[in-house]
Amino acid sequence: VKLVIGIVRPEKANDVLEALYRAEVRGVSISRIEGHGGELDRVETYRGTTVQVGMEDKVRFEIAVSDDFVQPTIDAVCDGARTGEVGDGKIFVLPLERAVRIRTGETDSGAVTPVKS
Amino acid sequence: MSDVLTIAQAAFEPDTGDTAWMLTATALVILMTIGLGLFYAGLVRAKNALNTFMMCIAALAVVGISWAAVGYSLAFGEGSGFIGDFSYVFLKDVGFEPFAEGQTIPHLVFFAFQGSFCIITAALVSGAVVERMRFSSYLIFLVIWSILVYPVMAHWVFGGGFLFDRGTLDFAGGISVEMGSGFSALAAALVVGARKDYGRQALLPHNAVLVLLGAGLLWFGWFGFNGGSGIGTGNQSVLAFTNTLLTPAASLVVWFALDALRGRKVTAIGAATAIIVGCVLITPAGGFVSPAWAVAIGIVGTFPCYALVAWRPRTRVDETLDVLAVHGLAGFVGILAIGFVAQEAWNGVEAAELAPLGDGLLYGGGALLGDQALAALIAPAYAFGATFIILKVLGFITDLRSSEHEEAVGLDPIYHGEEAYPTGEGAILVTPTEADEAPPPAPPRVADPA
Repeated sequence: VKLVIGIVRPEKANDVLEALYRAEVRGVSISRIEGHGGELDRVETYRGTTVQVGMEDKVRFEIAVSDDFVQPTIDAVCDGARTGEVGDGKIFVLPLERAVRIRTGETDSGAVTPVKS
Repeated sequence: MSDVLTIAQAAFEPDTGDTAWMLTATALVILMTIGLGLFYAGLVRAKNALNTFMMCIAALAVVGISWAAVGYSLAFGEGSGFIGDFSYVFLKDVGFEPFAEGQTIPHLVFFAFQGSFCIITAALVSGAVVERMRFSSYLIFLVIWSILVYPVMAHWVFGGGFLFDRGTLDFAGGISVEMGSGFSALAAALVVGARKDYGRQALLPHNAVLVLLGAGLLWFGWFGFNGGSGIGTGNQSVLAFTNTLLTPAASLVVWFALDALRGRKVTAIGAATAIIVGCVLITPAGGFVSPAWAVAIGIVGTFPCYALVAWRPRTRVDETLDVLAVHGLAGFVGILAIGFVAQEAWNGVEAAELAPLGDGLLYGGGALLGDQALAALIAPAYAFGATFIILKVLGFITDLRSSEHEEAVGLDPIYHGEEAYPTGEGAILVTPTEADEAPPPAPPRVADPA
């Protein structure tokens, strides 16, 4: 079981969700974050105060998946989030020590396998 | 010649009460444009809130000048039945004497009051193209539209044009302002095209409180808009003022009921919309119908507008903020309503050469209904056609739309270099000397796939 973390542009978040859905990856949580990965191209001016925007808005996906699903998940996030410009984001894959589904007590692969309904 | 002028000036003493009210009413209508900015800004996504508001502010800037330059003259110069002339260009001969016989206020006040109408009408049209139109193209559009569309329609009905001569009744601009903006908006939405995510993703209002505040300010300003359209403090103005209280109230009640029946919840953004629908419904009829009929117009007229607001998002037409339903259709209903329920006993409109008495069909005056119907057909056709052609031609010369990338990022940072809700976290201060040496790099651009 792995934890896939994808940090993407907010305007691409919907495309990523769509791509994940197509890849049949169902369990997803997202959060709005601010981050900085090298791009420093936006300048804003408020009356006399000019600033370079250091932190850009990003959306972070956290997806726990069984090993078979790691590559499809990575592909889906890449497909959904890529524009080709600096600032498209990053994907990190982490080993996951344990996962528990609170409702049933299932663990690990069982906990991250979507419920069939 | 100068002696004659002096005598004429000396002979005219403005009515102080009328003038004081018209000065106030003008300021109230100017406030409406700000209220509209709040209303529109609340209805769009946070990343486009400033650009949307700026489209209204731009109307104050651009149209304020174009109105003084030629717009007013084309609307109120004598000219022909279709359009005015250049006799008042750059406020030539617009001074302290009244504009027309029978008016009790200085010409300058009349000019400013009418100018505030042209400004808000132009700002209204922006609701059709928010969140994707290029700001520079929009500014050019404003200049052309405020010269070729609004003044023509205002001339028809207020400036001695053919509808004016026929006796078509339009108290405060159901033709020029409401149908003018509503049907222009439809044309603009069709030419500029839908937002890239329209119909694919949920594009939701980002701040319903701004929407209600904006609608409230619009209603407040509308008391000057309708109440001032009698160009004084006479009976018609008083009637229109009170009707401006009653019709929106009736619209609100009906909208509450329809919301509750349809979704079991009374929505706030629906309420804000209802306020504007009610104000528009009574705009043409304000000074011509009894208070009881004003309530009836609010009740009956709200149904078609509600239906169009509910149906339009299911179509492919991204007329984003429903200017057609809220202004065009409500103005159309109001103009026709006059033909049925106007009462000479309330409005005191006397028959003239071509013009019938101010009685609607229910009070024995069938001729008036014909004139109203004529206006209700011609006004939408002109507004739609002229705006369609203007934007098509402009589209050949320049891009009307932002790129997909710009639309995705949001138009606030792209066109204004600001955000409505900046956090400032991690922002690096650029000192003035650094800024002088290194000009800010252009925002990233992705080649437009089209």
